[in-house]
Amino acid sequence: MRGDAVGRQTPLFKLHQELGARIVDFGGWDMPVQYGSQIGEHHAVRRAAGVFDVSHMCVVDLTGARVRAFLQHLLANDVAKLKVAGKALYSCMLNERGGVIDDLIVYYLSESWYRLVVNAGTRDKDLAWIRAHAAAFAVEVSERADLAMLAIQGPEAREKAAQLLNAADAAAALALESFVGRQLGSWFVARTGYTGEDGFEIMMPAQDAVSAWRSLNALGVASCGLGARDTLRLEAGMNLYGNDMDENTQPFESALGWTVALAPAARGFIGREALEGIVRSGSPAKLVGLLLEDRGVLRSHQKVLIPRLGEGEITSGSFSPTLERSIAFARVPCATGPKVQVDIRGKLLNARVVKPPFVRRGKSLVTDSEGTQR
Amino acid sequence: MSSVPEDLKYTKSHEWVRARPDGTVEIGITDHAQHALGDLVYVEVPDAGRVLVAGEACAVVESVKAASDVYAPLAGQVIVGNSKLAAEPETVNTDSYGEGWLMRLRPAPGALEAAALMSPADYRKVLDAEGG
Repeated sequence: MRGDAVGRQTPLFKLHQELGARIVDFGGWDMPVQYGSQIGEHHAVRRAAGVFDVSHMCVVDLTGARVRAFLQHLLANDVAKLKVAGKALYSCMLNERGGVIDDLIVYYLSESWYRLVVNAGTRDKDLAWIRAHAAAFAVEVSERADLAMLAIQGPEAREKAAQLLNAADAAAALALESFVGRQLGSWFVARTGYTGEDGFEIMMPAQDAVSAWRSLNALGVASCGLGARDTLRLEAGMNLYGNDMDENTQPFESALGWTVALAPAARGFIGREALEGIVRSGSPAKLVGLLLEDRGVLRSHQKVLIPRLGEGEITSGSFSPTLERSIAFARVPCATGPKVQVDIRGKLLNARVVKPPFVRRGKSLVTDSEGTQR
Repeated sequence: MSSVPEDLKYTKSHEWVRARPDGTVEIGITDHAQHALGDLVYVEVPDAGRVLVAGEACAVVESVKAASDVYAPLAGQVIVGNSKLAAEPETVNTDSYGEGWLMRLRPAPGALEAAALMSPADYRKVLDAEGG
């Protein structure tokens, strides 16, 4: 089914093949898109638990006495919000024009040690950018290629994953609050994810990954591929870098304004001046959720037609297995009202503008036109 | 290994053609195609009366991942599209050679003979060459 070009492989690659996964290229990595039914994997996460290989993501440790000051310069969100060890923050890393170089998670581990998790497809440019700016702060940048990362997600995920740990570590893992991680033995266990469900993301030595995955399968946790990961994150209202924002779009037109910390005014992060200009003039566009009211499937790059205002474009679109209809994110003019049309192969189909997320914790958050919960 | 029934003809683009006793043909996508696409969530079939030329994009099958065109294996006029697929697109996954048919066509004069259709043996060779 595929050519000879071999991408990078995670420590779980052979196991994915053994489990019958269909392998695709994702940002230069050979990754499982699905093992069986993509919709089945999606439902497994909404209803029970699933495990994803996210080892292709890039873990970067930043150390040094001035690491906090460095991150306050590098990131649009403010790491000063992180006051408890292990606490995580979602942020954009911007260029001088306010364009998004990447979105990432930063963990506060100690005053001299923070950990970033950045996207696989942007690894090289991210590392180059981070290193270029770290020098002035004498911060050491270390890629943790020795770690594998598993995301275990779903209403039963934490309870299942805790069974991989000894009693004391399991208790500590289950006590973690949302968006907090903790080193437990050689594993870093965090209550984070990209699905809209509860769960853990666990960074572990690469040699532990295969046995952990097999143990999770034995506990009834379904192997899930990047296909289900994409429909889950879309339902959960979470952006995908490269689709929903990139270096040519700024956070305010990407539904990421909530991640920009303009206060305190004295914090001079990269991209701040550009963003202040946009705040003064007003962002021309916004990223919204769309719910297709007609039959069909919304896809990225389809044209959105807005009465009297012009056009927009779908940035991510798919079929929502939970809602059993199509949903999307679209970048549209700021004044766009509640009704739009989407051009699908020359036909104009009706879509409703909604505020993501579409689904959270297994429940639809979408109301029908009368305002009752579906 | 994909199923390739002996009583059908095939195209390189993974459609199948069934000759019916009344001179019309039934058209669908192969087991290999449905498997490669994954869970189908939307199927668009042509309206009755539409005249197709061979090789024309005449239907769309969409999985969660992507939309794919279906090409007319031969020239003809659409008698009926399978309207059940609008509500139950997954039928193409579960029964691609049966209830998952896409359309019935009255071939243009000589079109069935002129069409570049493959025998089951030749179609299997295509699948082998694709590693499927």
